[in-house]
Amino acid sequence: MTWRQRLVPYMLGLPSAFWLTVFFAIPMVSVLSVSLMTGNPETGFNLTWHFGTFWNALTTYKTQFVRSFEYGAISTLAAVAIGYPMAYFIAFRGGRHKSTLLFIILLPFLVSYVIRMLSWNFLLADQGAILGTLKNIGILPQSARVLSTPFAVVTGLTYDAIPYMVLPIFVALEKIDPRVIRAANDLYANPRVAFTRIVLPLSSAGIFAGFLLVFVTNVGDYVAATILGGPGTTMIGNVIETSYLQDLNYPVAAALSSILMIVLLLVIFLYARTFGTDAVQEAVV
Amino acid sequence: MHRAEEDNTPPTPDQSPELTPIDPALLRGLTERRHTRRSFLRGAGAGGGALAMGALLSACGIQGTEAAKGGPAFDWTAWWSRQKKHGVLNFANWPLYIDTDHGKHPSLEQFTAKTGIKVNYYEVIQDNAPFYAQISPTLRAGQSIGYDIIVMTNNDWTTIELFRINNWATPLEHGLIPNFFINATPLARNQSVDPGNEFTIPWQSGFTGIAYDPTKIGREIKSVHDLWDPAFKGHVGMMSDNTELGSLGLLALGIDPATSTEADWKKAATLLQKQRDQGLVRQYYDQSYIKALESGDVWITQAWSGDIFQANNSGYPHLKFIVPDEGMMVWTDVMMVPRHAQNPVDALMWMNFYYQPKIGAMVADWVNYVTPVGNTQAILKKSDPTVGNSPLVFPTKAMAAQAKQYYAYQNYDEFNTWNNIFNPIIQS
Repeated sequence: MTWRQRLVPYMLGLPSAFWLTVFFAIPMVSVLSVSLMTGNPETGFNLTWHFGTFWNALTTYKTQFVRSFEYGAISTLAAVAIGYPMAYFIAFRGGRHKSTLLFIILLPFLVSYVIRMLSWNFLLADQGAILGTLKNIGILPQSARVLSTPFAVVTGLTYDAIPYMVLPIFVALEKIDPRVIRAANDLYANPRVAFTRIVLPLSSAGIFAGFLLVFVTNVGDYVAATILGGPGTTMIGNVIETSYLQDLNYPVAAALSSILMIVLLLVIFLYARTFGTDAVQEAVV
Repeated sequence: MHRAEEDNTPPTPDQSPELTPIDPALLRGLTERRHTRRSFLRGAGAGGGALAMGALLSACGIQGTEAAKGGPAFDWTAWWSRQKKHGVLNFANWPLYIDTDHGKHPSLEQFTAKTGIKVNYYEVIQDNAPFYAQISPTLRAGQSIGYDIIVMTNNDWTTIELFRINNWATPLEHGLIPNFFINATPLARNQSVDPGNEFTIPWQSGFTGIAYDPTKIGREIKSVHDLWDPAFKGHVGMMSDNTELGSLGLLALGIDPATSTEADWKKAATLLQKQRDQGLVRQYYDQSYIKALESGDVWITQAWSGDIFQANNSGYPHLKFIVPDEGMMVWTDVMMVPRHAQNPVDALMWMNFYYQPKIGAMVADWVNYVTPVGNTQAILKKSDPTVGNSPLVFPTKAMAAQAKQYYAYQNYDEFNTWNNIFNPIIQS
């Protein structure tokens, strides 16, 4: 190989390297550097390596951080519980309707996320289609409500997460050779054992990918809390939004974003270590 | 560059908040919904903000504005005398905020017909802070942002920072806007933020009071203290805008927000926190409070007068807007000519044109807020009685006298203090 030929792969990598540098590395460094600045919009912000902002942000907004991770975890688990059977059904019982069923799962994406959350707001109103009816037939007391509660926020997050969960799990389940399950049955595995010992492990890559997609987005979400939440459901995404857009407190906004990013990376790292990097690769492939 | 000293008196920080009695003729038209105005998702704004953030961060420091304040006094009168009409006007405004007929704007068309100035009208402002984040790097760099007129809200910190702290608005040459001084209502001339209208003149105003649903609440609501009534537990709506929330807390304490102090803010926060802790507040709403009020989720709420007028005329005639005994807030969206605007004379020609009763009425009849242009009431009463005869659109003198102005932050630290006091109520 001439040096020229040896250079080709690197040249081919240039566009993506450029992309990552400009749209990922530089913004990331910028956010980190702003988080270490002090000042205000009048005097300007100067890089003073003020790590105190991190500590202040963390202690001031501890509640919102913990809450976001709670909501993120619960909604992700709920999405697995609901999404897995759906994916299973489509993969093994879908037959020739597989594409149609998948299309139906994806259908909500044709409508904006915000609009879907607003529809939930409409549906779950105190005297709305659901609660109003249940109250009128006496199942629920008149004072019952769903909106403006943590339950509503987590439900909204779960609802939005389901397609992201179903798709990767479906892909993983689809790859499973049905003969493997038959072999398990031949070896006297009952359906439950066949599922827990064969199907579930083989589809874990899908769950892993679904977890990444759902957990990371849900922890940082702020739309559900804005539209479906009430007092005491503010998530860290809402705080970052307010700090940056309303309070013009750039260092705090940047520090909060950085903390969120670091904690999420840590969670993903631990998760990957537990499940093994094979799962990551498989999920990506 | 420096603000012209000789043109006008500079804004006095401790200006008395007392309002000149408001001409009821001016307090008209409080209708159109501000959907897009305070849209809570700020999609466009966030995008712009991200860009601005990128620009902000490009160096290892974000430039402040102190330096911009030094230097010799700039002779704005001489500067204005050198400017010429260019025949073009670039006007940035909020969506749905001007008379519109089949995609065209009759008032702007009349302006073009009369003056020959072509108007490029941009509905690009979704919210004050994101828009400010978008334009500030350009202004800081001393370049034109491409708009000759921008419209921002006078109770917002970014507006104050733009023209008063950063000196990024061109002082208005009052000789070019005689109609303003002939026709502007007293309210339009007396803003705690910009006394003497050195930099700003109003586009539209509106009120923040209390709205309630009489079918859920079996009594008459008269006071802001009714928002603390345990009987409405879980059905009280408060605003997530901390300026509105804090100002209401101050009204409840009997304190005029415009002259309030930090100690007052803390007292107000304690009161508001109590309201939240008792489970009275259902949610801290952006403009979606109006949907919650319509659906019956919320029985009593802080409200913008225009939203209620609109709701009354679109299927919810039973909802009521009241001016509490303790007073209500009045906000004003103001027009400014940003620094380095390319067509400042054309901008002032539009401002002057707008302040004719006929033109002010055209805009007011469509957007239905409180117009700052006087002598428009008679015109509107004839042309649109629905709007003209509503007590909501034509507030009584007593109502108008109850209008209070917001606290005008003197600097960022004050704004930050306000945020730190009131944000925890909304966020924790």
